[in-house]
Amino acid sequence: MMTGTDLILLLPSLLLAAFAVIAMLGIAVRRSHGWTAFCAACGFLLAIAAGWRSLPLLPRPVTGLLFFDRFALLMTTVILAAGLAVSLISHAYLSRGEGRNEEFSILLLIASLGAAVLAASVHFAAFFLGLELLTVSLYGLIAYPRRGRSYEAGMKYLILAAVSSAFLLFGMALVYAETGSLAFPPNMHHLPAEVHSPLLLAGFGLMIAGVGFKLALVPFHLWTPDVYEGAPAPVTAFIATASKTAVFAVLLRLAPSLSLQPGSPLFAGLSLIAVLSMLAGNLLALRQENVKRMLAYSSIAHLGYVLVPFLAGGSAGASAAVFYLIAYTVTSLGAFGTVAVLSGKGQDRDSLEDYRGLAWRQPGTAAVLSVMFLSLAGMPVTGGFMAKVALVSAGVHASLWLLLAALVAGSVIGLFYYLRMITAIFSPPGAVIRLPVQLSLLGNGVLALLLFVLLWLGLLPGPLLRLVQASLPF
Amino acid sequence: MILLWLIIVPLIAGPAAWAFGRGANSLSRWISLLALAVDGVLVLSLWQTAPAPGSSWIAELRLAWIPQLGIGLHLAADGLSLVLVSLTIVLGLASVLCSWKEIGERVGFFHFNLLWILSGILGVFLSLDLFLFYVFWELMLIPMYFLINIWGHENRVAASYKFFLFTQAGGLLMLLSILSLASVHQAETGILTFDYALLKTTSLGPAASLLVMLGFFAAFAVKLPVVPFHTWLPDAHTEAPTAGSVILAGLLLKTGAYGLLRFVIPLFPAASAAFAPAAAALAALGILYGAVVAFGQRDLKRLVAYTSVSHMGFVLLGAFAGSAAAQSGAVMQMVAHGISTGALFIIVGLLQERLHTRDMERMGGFWSLAPRLSALGLVFCLASLGLPGFANFVAEFLVLAGSFPAHTAAVSVSAAGLVLAAVYSLRVVQRVFHGTAAVPMLPDLDARETLVLALLAVAILWLGLQPGLILHPLSPAMDGLSASGVLAGLIK
Repeated sequence: MMTGTDLILLLPSLLLAAFAVIAMLGIAVRRSHGWTAFCAACGFLLAIAAGWRSLPLLPRPVTGLLFFDRFALLMTTVILAAGLAVSLISHAYLSRGEGRNEEFSILLLIASLGAAVLAASVHFAAFFLGLELLTVSLYGLIAYPRRGRSYEAGMKYLILAAVSSAFLLFGMALVYAETGSLAFPPNMHHLPAEVHSPLLLAGFGLMIAGVGFKLALVPFHLWTPDVYEGAPAPVTAFIATASKTAVFAVLLRLAPSLSLQPGSPLFAGLSLIAVLSMLAGNLLALRQENVKRMLAYSSIAHLGYVLVPFLAGGSAGASAAVFYLIAYTVTSLGAFGTVAVLSGKGQDRDSLEDYRGLAWRQPGTAAVLSVMFLSLAGMPVTGGFMAKVALVSAGVHASLWLLLAALVAGSVIGLFYYLRMITAIFSPPGAVIRLPVQLSLLGNGVLALLLFVLLWLGLLPGPLLRLVQASLPF
Repeated sequence: MILLWLIIVPLIAGPAAWAFGRGANSLSRWISLLALAVDGVLVLSLWQTAPAPGSSWIAELRLAWIPQLGIGLHLAADGLSLVLVSLTIVLGLASVLCSWKEIGERVGFFHFNLLWILSGILGVFLSLDLFLFYVFWELMLIPMYFLINIWGHENRVAASYKFFLFTQAGGLLMLLSILSLASVHQAETGILTFDYALLKTTSLGPAASLLVMLGFFAAFAVKLPVVPFHTWLPDAHTEAPTAGSVILAGLLLKTGAYGLLRFVIPLFPAASAAFAPAAAALAALGILYGAVVAFGQRDLKRLVAYTSVSHMGFVLLGAFAGSAAAQSGAVMQMVAHGISTGALFIIVGLLQERLHTRDMERMGGFWSLAPRLSALGLVFCLASLGLPGFANFVAEFLVLAGSFPAHTAAVSVSAAGLVLAAVYSLRVVQRVFHGTAAVPMLPDLDARETLVLALLAVAILWLGLQPGLILHPLSPAMDGLSASGVLAGLIK
């Protein structure tokens, strides 16, 4: 039975869906890019507000599929804030091109709805539903500009996401065959922690492969550079942030049932994935001339980093992972957002050459981009630094020395290409001086806000750390 | 609060210099000078303060920063910090003055970087919270990278990468060590803290202690530099603009030495004692290697860079000698090297400004062309070779005499470094200032340049004749260092 309380808890999701419908009806009357973008922004803002209004009612399960607690609320807020930032940045981006722009906002709302469902899901059905809602909308978003590269990227994402969904479904089926239930923790706590049966192990293994695709971990990362490059910059930002945060939230909820003690097969497998991601991601990023490709490989490495506190486990590990994801979300939104602000739908400015001497032409934008890259490199007074400290700290507590060694090695390799970008930004302008595009006030405002949040996280991380620690159910 | 203001003044003046310097270049120069002058006045007021009885700390400040993680804004100054902070401000002033004409592009951003490096260095010398220390340690990196990368010479990009990667790799190992230390302390006492005084009481097992100590040592050894980790230094020094070289040689290398004296030895006394013979051997190797390679250079700036490797070997030797005399000598060497090498880099910079080359084969006979420049050059070459009367002599003598009981063999070998120093220094004098004139004309120093170099010359002579100026305020800190059982067992 649904009660009024349940509906209040579902209100953020309902609002997202409602505004998608309102925007669609608006299009039926008259096409207006401004109107649909406004609808999307309202949807995101109201959904965030509705989520926080429901705080006194938490925690509470709804229909056995979803479980609303402070963790779900925090992750949903991050996802929706990312969605809001993407929708604001994409407005000017889309205006700088031909074709219709209205459906973009609707797809963005639906993708965010899927991600929000993931953050609250405690049941394989909800997990799959959320994931498909997210993924199917992303097909459309990636191919939205209808240029060659984005068609290719959309197609690649379609095929590989379908494969990963198949892995995921088969894994779920195997786990269901063993446990007889489609719900995940806390219902599965009765499982013997130390020995998983081969069937269960195979099931979880397949699910990790499926999740690995979404998180772009090595060796499931092959789609990442092409999709990051081909997708329009705001969508790349969404894939890098909201989509990954949502899937990682599910992974964190699943963690208690994976029995990840050192020595267990899943622990060994995930450690291997983490080490490979950290090293391969950073090494492959070294020679990239395309900023979006570079950031794609960098994101592989960063998700490898987040696995370190995840494997460390405990509330310290989980809070470090969540803090890292939040800092990474802010940073990635800033980095891809800058690319989007400087680009248009027709053509992304994603070659390293485009950024040569940016500091002397557009100091403000260059400053944002440099700080974002410094944050990715983990330099102090940025959020990326504090996040890395929290992450290494969790690893040290759990004595994961091998993973930490890979992390240090990966970080040093990573410095090379982050420095390449910063060097390009601050080098004298090249012979070909491209005229700057007309900058949008909205996009610049979002970038300034992201910069402020990032520095705030780096200087005074206390409040957010407390919030994260208070919202962990595990 | 004075300690906090010392750091904040350049931190605020940096953006101001950038913002106001967009229209008028000299405005950002004057803002930088003003900020450093304010810091100078603040430091002078600290010199007047005597440490509280029973403690070596002259001033201390504790503020909360991130209480959840046990991170505090804990600043403190004792004799050691005070001496190095003063050196920072003096060399900071010198580097602003010496780039007055050299830097003509993006002047505002240049001074922004300069002031932020100085702020980071001041923070390093004053932090007593290990986390805060690490933040400042990293903070000085990025502006230094920009300084080399934007205003450097021909191979500036490669040099700046190398500098950044070496220091950052060492820094990450130190971060691991800091977090491990805090983690062990938390397991022992249940308190998560990064405070120096509390972490000092942590008891680690011998093996763990050595590993954690090596993490710190890696970061400081790269900065110092200790010989196998020194390869970034000649490139970075050679390619950096004059002010960058002055700060690199005069101050950044000192942060490594300071880290050894402030953190490695007091935090890990037993592990340091076990490691001391190896450190002494590395020091002797560095002293000889730096001197020999310096002798083989054609590029004057590269030569001076290699002499730094040699001179900083004495600091390493003294730091791990376990006697107050040797450790005071090490600090003296830091100051003396900071001034004399900084001055030599300024002279090289002035020559390059005038000749557009650093190649010694194309120099010669400058004594007749530019007597003031040459005379001052001679003074600093003599200081660098350790002539009695200069601070360098006092420093090297104290280090060698103080280390002799603990590291007899290493000291015997290192003493040869003094001879080699005379060889390379006199070669510079002979090549550059004597002989027949290699160029038709060379403008002599103007008033600003004379002022900077003359002040540095007076300083190094004064300290050579009155070493008590530094050794006296230093003694409580150094006595505390060696009396706490640190390494004292080494002296039979």
